[in-house]
Amino acid sequence: MLTSIKTNSFAGDKSKELAMMYYRVAIILFGAQLLMGLIAAFQFIVPGFLFELFDFSVARTVHINALVVWMLYAMIGSVYFMMPDETGIETVGIGIGKLAFWVLTAAVTVVVLVYIFVQIGPGTESSIWLINEGREYLEAPRWADIGIVVVVLTFYANVFLTYMKGEKTGLMTVMVANLLAVSGLYLAGMFFTDNISMDQYWWWWVIHLWVEATWEVFVGTLAAFALIRLIGAKREVVEMWLWIEVLMLFGSGVLGLGHHYFWIGTPEYWWEIGALFSALEPVPLVAMFVHVLYDWGKEQGIAQGKGITGSVLTNGPAMAWLVMNAFGNFLGAGIWGFFHTLPQVNIYTHGTQFTAAHGHLAFFGAYATILVGMMYIGLQSAYGIKIMKASFKSKMGITLISFGVMGMTIALTVAGYEQVLIERAELGGGWEAFFTAQNLPWYIQGQLWRMIMGVVTFIGFIYLLWDLLTIGKTQRALQEQA
Amino acid sequence: MANENQSVWTSIPFWRRSAAWVTGFSAILLVLLTFDSIGQISMGTDEDLKNGVTKRVPGPTVINYKIGYEMSAKRGHEVPTIGEKEKFFGRDDYSEEEARALLHLGKLTSQAKNCMNCHTLLGNGAYYAPDLTKAWLDPAWQNGGPLQGMTGKNTVEEAMAEFLQHPSQYPTHARMMPDLGITADEAKGLVAFMKHMSSIDTNGFPRNFSKTVDQFKRGGTNAH
Repeated sequence: MLTSIKTNSFAGDKSKELAMMYYRVAIILFGAQLLMGLIAAFQFIVPGFLFELFDFSVARTVHINALVVWMLYAMIGSVYFMMPDETGIETVGIGIGKLAFWVLTAAVTVVVLVYIFVQIGPGTESSIWLINEGREYLEAPRWADIGIVVVVLTFYANVFLTYMKGEKTGLMTVMVANLLAVSGLYLAGMFFTDNISMDQYWWWWVIHLWVEATWEVFVGTLAAFALIRLIGAKREVVEMWLWIEVLMLFGSGVLGLGHHYFWIGTPEYWWEIGALFSALEPVPLVAMFVHVLYDWGKEQGIAQGKGITGSVLTNGPAMAWLVMNAFGNFLGAGIWGFFHTLPQVNIYTHGTQFTAAHGHLAFFGAYATILVGMMYIGLQSAYGIKIMKASFKSKMGITLISFGVMGMTIALTVAGYEQVLIERAELGGGWEAFFTAQNLPWYIQGQLWRMIMGVVTFIGFIYLLWDLLTIGKTQRALQEQA
Repeated sequence: MANENQSVWTSIPFWRRSAAWVTGFSAILLVLLTFDSIGQISMGTDEDLKNGVTKRVPGPTVINYKIGYEMSAKRGHEVPTIGEKEKFFGRDDYSEEEARALLHLGKLTSQAKNCMNCHTLLGNGAYYAPDLTKAWLDPAWQNGGPLQGMTGKNTVEEAMAEFLQHPSQYPTHARMMPDLGITADEAKGLVAFMKHMSSIDTNGFPRNFSKTVDQFKRGGTNAH
């Protein structure tokens, strides 16, 4: 990855160079996310750790912000990567796109340093403008919000102008329309109100309509692109699936927003609307799962029918992450989401470790997996590797990370289950109920196992990072020898 | 394949059109419902409170009144109630402007101090510290409750404000709230913010909150 931009295979393709720049920052932020997660997890077990120095709220703020930002970086990188291939032309205005990258990266650095060293401010408007907006996931201070909007507009101009000038494939059409929604929705989170219900109403427009609608469509588009590239899937088939996925994802996800409106002061009709549509949300995830595995089997079968022995895969590690995406998206977003989406259940699970369990597996399964897969595709292209094969490090990376995240999810589910029974159902959710539940064995053991599995995940990340840094050069050298 | 389809089920234009219609229809429905919801969760006024008009999110002067959380037979869950006048930091005559300013300061402080990355508010946030939705009504803060007793104050608001200014002086568990440099004014604002939040109609969340009150009166729980 270190030399990926200067390799001969890439020379001249500025869009793909920019993609690799975005991927590099993404992987660093991924590491930062995991480190912060480890600190926060440890504070559950040893509450005095870094007390009044680097409190849980600080670690958690950076944990979830690094998560959102690394994913956005990897998403933007993926778009810059696929654009020249899809449109058949060079990306329009790539120079300004590169400038936007540096502006964004400088801004992100400042924001993170302020989170870590300034942390909080007095109860004034200037704190919200300069330090921390104090709204989960959207903590970025207002100045940074405005900066993000400017950078995203630049990025969108790149995408839109390239789309208009080049070949308009179905994949790019979905991408262009969906990115407009992704960018526009961010605006719903950029205002202050004294009314906490109103605050959370619009806050969910950003969070939900990102991760349960537009980001999922983004993943569908990437999966379509990756399938064509990795197993030679037919474009017509993939494109048709993509439209079906868009239909089902938006058909369920847009009104599925209602499942966040059960308890924030909004009217009761959201119970029925939220329950119905969010219960349908797993359906497209099943479809995406079937799509990936079915197409793989089909293409392999066709190849065998033609008497070709060996795998149809052009990139082993990328395909492994894509399959992990199919599983993880369905399990994490689909199953773990459905667990607590009905209001009858959610009244007890809302705001417990159940949500954290779902959050971990869903963000990993639905997004982290496919974005890491895109990084491998980027490396393969950068180093001009015809067939990329998984190394020992690739295998250790994907195995340990997936096992670790699944382990954390199960541990948190057990802790959440205990909270539901004791804190919520039995004791009614007050201050005493909360601490009673926090100190019972199931909860404490759950947090211990989460910590252990967090360490497993982190070791997996080290392997992944090591692999990303070396696999391109190594396999390029092997290819030249052969 | 795209041009000469045998079946509509394998036609890309068919699925593209369907996707566009379904997405458009869902989006329009969401916008219409949003107009209705926004109307229903807009903050009420002082007039509403004086005339006994029930709002899902009452006006800021709700801090002049006693707030309860009682089972409603009609709705099948607990609903906030607004009772008679009740002193809040020694006064029950906050004007709309004063109450609004207090709530504004409290909400701003809650964000500037990043409360939401340890606590949950209306159930949303982090899960490291107790939910604050109905914290104002929590028996632990009431007269005779352990939290009020610990601060040596005689009212809920004074006890909460004292704790918020010096949280690490009042450890209750190994997990403590850090000192966030909250001033006396900010603490007052935060308490007003929490009192106001407890009056929001959350469709019965958290469920059975009053059960804790009963259990507390009966002398604790048997879940240890």
